[in-house]
Amino acid sequence: MTTSVTDPAPDFGRMDTYPTHDYQGFKLRAGKPIPFGATLVPGGVNFSIYSSHAESCTLVLFEKGAHQPLVEIPFPAAFRIGNVWCMIVFGLDYENTEYGYRMTGPFDVQAGHWFNPDKILMDPYAKAIAGRDVWGAKPDWNDIYHHRARLVYDDFDWDEDRPLEIPMADLVVYEMHVRSFTSHPNAKVKYPGTFAGIREKIPYLKELGVNCVELMPIYEFDEFEGSFVDPETGKQMVRNYWGYSTVGFFAPKAGFAATGKIGMQVDELKALIKELHRHGIEVMLDVVFNHTAEGNENGPYISFRGLDNRTYYMLTPEGYYFNFSGTGNTLNCNNPIVRNMVLDCLRYWASEYHIDGFRFDLASILGRDPWGAPLPNPPLLETLAFDPILAKCKLIAEAWDAGGLYQVGSFPAYGRWAEWNGKFRDDVRKFLKGEAGLTGGMAQRITGSPDLYTGRGPSASINFITAHDGFTLADLVSYNEKHNEANGEGNRDGANDNESWNCGVEGPTDDPAINALRRRQIKNAAVMLLTSQGVPMLLMGDEVARTQNGNNNTYCHDNELNWFDWSQIESNADLFRFWQQMIAFRRAHPALRQRHHLSGQDHVGSGYPDISWHGTQAWQADWSGWSRLVAFMLCGKNAATVTGEPDDYLYVAFNSHWDGHELGLPLLPDGRRWHVAVNTGMPAPDDVFAPGAEPVLENQILFFAGPRSAVVLVGR
Amino acid sequence: MAFSATKTMLGSVAQIELVGELDAAAAGDFRKLVDEAANEGAKRLVLMMAALDYMASAGLRALVFAKQKMGANTDIYLVGTNESVMETLELTGFHHSVITVAALDPSILQL
Repeated sequence: MTTSVTDPAPDFGRMDTYPTHDYQGFKLRAGKPIPFGATLVPGGVNFSIYSSHAESCTLVLFEKGAHQPLVEIPFPAAFRIGNVWCMIVFGLDYENTEYGYRMTGPFDVQAGHWFNPDKILMDPYAKAIAGRDVWGAKPDWNDIYHHRARLVYDDFDWDEDRPLEIPMADLVVYEMHVRSFTSHPNAKVKYPGTFAGIREKIPYLKELGVNCVELMPIYEFDEFEGSFVDPETGKQMVRNYWGYSTVGFFAPKAGFAATGKIGMQVDELKALIKELHRHGIEVMLDVVFNHTAEGNENGPYISFRGLDNRTYYMLTPEGYYFNFSGTGNTLNCNNPIVRNMVLDCLRYWASEYHIDGFRFDLASILGRDPWGAPLPNPPLLETLAFDPILAKCKLIAEAWDAGGLYQVGSFPAYGRWAEWNGKFRDDVRKFLKGEAGLTGGMAQRITGSPDLYTGRGPSASINFITAHDGFTLADLVSYNEKHNEANGEGNRDGANDNESWNCGVEGPTDDPAINALRRRQIKNAAVMLLTSQGVPMLLMGDEVARTQNGNNNTYCHDNELNWFDWSQIESNADLFRFWQQMIAFRRAHPALRQRHHLSGQDHVGSGYPDISWHGTQAWQADWSGWSRLVAFMLCGKNAATVTGEPDDYLYVAFNSHWDGHELGLPLLPDGRRWHVAVNTGMPAPDDVFAPGAEPVLENQILFFAGPRSAVVLVGR
Repeated sequence: MAFSATKTMLGSVAQIELVGELDAAAAGDFRKLVDEAANEGAKRLVLMMAALDYMASAGLRALVFAKQKMGANTDIYLVGTNESVMETLELTGFHHSVITVAALDPSILQL
């Protein structure tokens, strides 16, 4: 079985498909250094692995799942080019082989070397990894090689599929966790918590109207990292639920695939992407290059530590692991070798999986040099910005790290990188809860944050009010404080500066007035998010008021706390409808999705500036510290549109005051009249109207905006 | 169970009965049969799947190979596929390359 060949004879007219060496019955030949990793070649597999500091290298082969290796083949001296060991092994059974490496070299912690020939190391370029094939299945703790590199067929029938290249300005991003999306019993999918499960819910995503899903980490990770046995139930706890701790950068998580148990996660993920694309939905990956699952001095040997610790990790002069990620180690991203690996990785996902974009977790780490100092011109970020294969991929940075480097507005962008706009989140949250002095901030955020992104355009700003970090939207309006006791860290974990407001009572309540206010606040947030220039991102479940019971850091919960409860679509149907109509409104109005920052000027001689600000009186905004009213009008004739067609006039007002106010409406030209599209002060179904079906206002001069409400009018 | 594949030519329809597990080793034999069928002028492939227990990566790819070898206009029928193999086909998106039917309708053997 182990030496049965996939193809009859390696005779393809090439002169390099015959073995030249033999080792214990295994036929070998000197390999090619490129591509790195394991590549299927006629009759065999080309293995290529590099290390700057190792002295020797051995290829270790296992039959799938076997406890002990099948054979350990030392790389002959002749099979090395530079620091790269490469060899072809013929006659391997692709589907039933697992492989790893042993490296010898110095063990000298102060010098940064952790070589240990007793450890079997995973190929960092492994395209599939065995060992956690089924989510939550208890591993064999005595396994000498936990995360095992596997061989992968990289062919796939994409038909006509290619990355969608939806313009950044037109995206509506939906952040989701693969498992959370369909694990709940109410999801009623055939394969809960998997890539296949997402496929079953594509109709829902289309109904909602989003055109981009941002998947929280799908690189192979170990859900049992940090695991312990629950003293009450005796169960081995899954602690690494979110997955922000990478085991293998080139491999999709087997445990996220229904076919993971037969090793077909690559095909299953590609099939999902193909299907999402077919329905006009882009796929972005949340990628975690700032640290690895190997942790600090106390962590396991998985791969990098034993292959070339000094190269891959940022180390102090004493040889300790720098911890800019807050998780134990920091990947040495601006080391040229690591930089190339990151580039190879992203090129692989962009070309082999047709990925449309990447969101970089704790991206400021990618701008630090090997000794941790921030670089003015980080080679890695520059390389990614100009790479030809990545040229049409969205690049989004979470522009901070855990080491104090906060770069929102100053992340090295090279004209390409966008940022998670943490200031949007903060200013909008403060305004939403009724804080004074936010009108100026709101004006900046609504217009795509020109104070932060001058010259880069609004699309540099990923606008979000909620994300996986922090409260869900429902909890943002239901809790003043975080309640993370269930995490087992004494409620010490998670952010404290939530800028949330519970509307009068902490947590669940029967009070109908408070519940009505909370619902209205959720709708207000939706309007703020979807009428702002920039790229809106919403968090999975916010459209139906998903709650985490006040827990703002649910990284470790494989249960209802994280899972999308599909029954909420019905129980909160009014909220779903509201979000759906708001998204449809945004997509119907190019004026909300402009490619350049608004200037306040009239470019087309319409008599109206592209944006104007108003207050209780038209054309007179109140920027005083007391004001809790922000109102603006977009002149549709000025709006630069993709189709070249002008848009309607749009008037948007946010009243976060506890009193209602009469708003004087600006006069419209050409006999146009104001129609009401959105008024969160009205109960459903009069809170929002479908694009094109907005009723005309009887009173064209004055509009009453209720307390804590948002209003959108269309002038046509 | 050991793999076997038996081909019967019915005019320009090639009917192949598959037994056992279509793994990497077996995929080579299967592809040879498809090659033969193509050379013998087959314009349709009907695969009898009821006795096929298991199929993973190599097997799925052999199906797509068949589609490409025989030409885009060639229909490939899978008859009586068991549940787990069907699942694998659907989960990986390979079901788009074939037509699956539960039982054999004799009319598909005539072209």
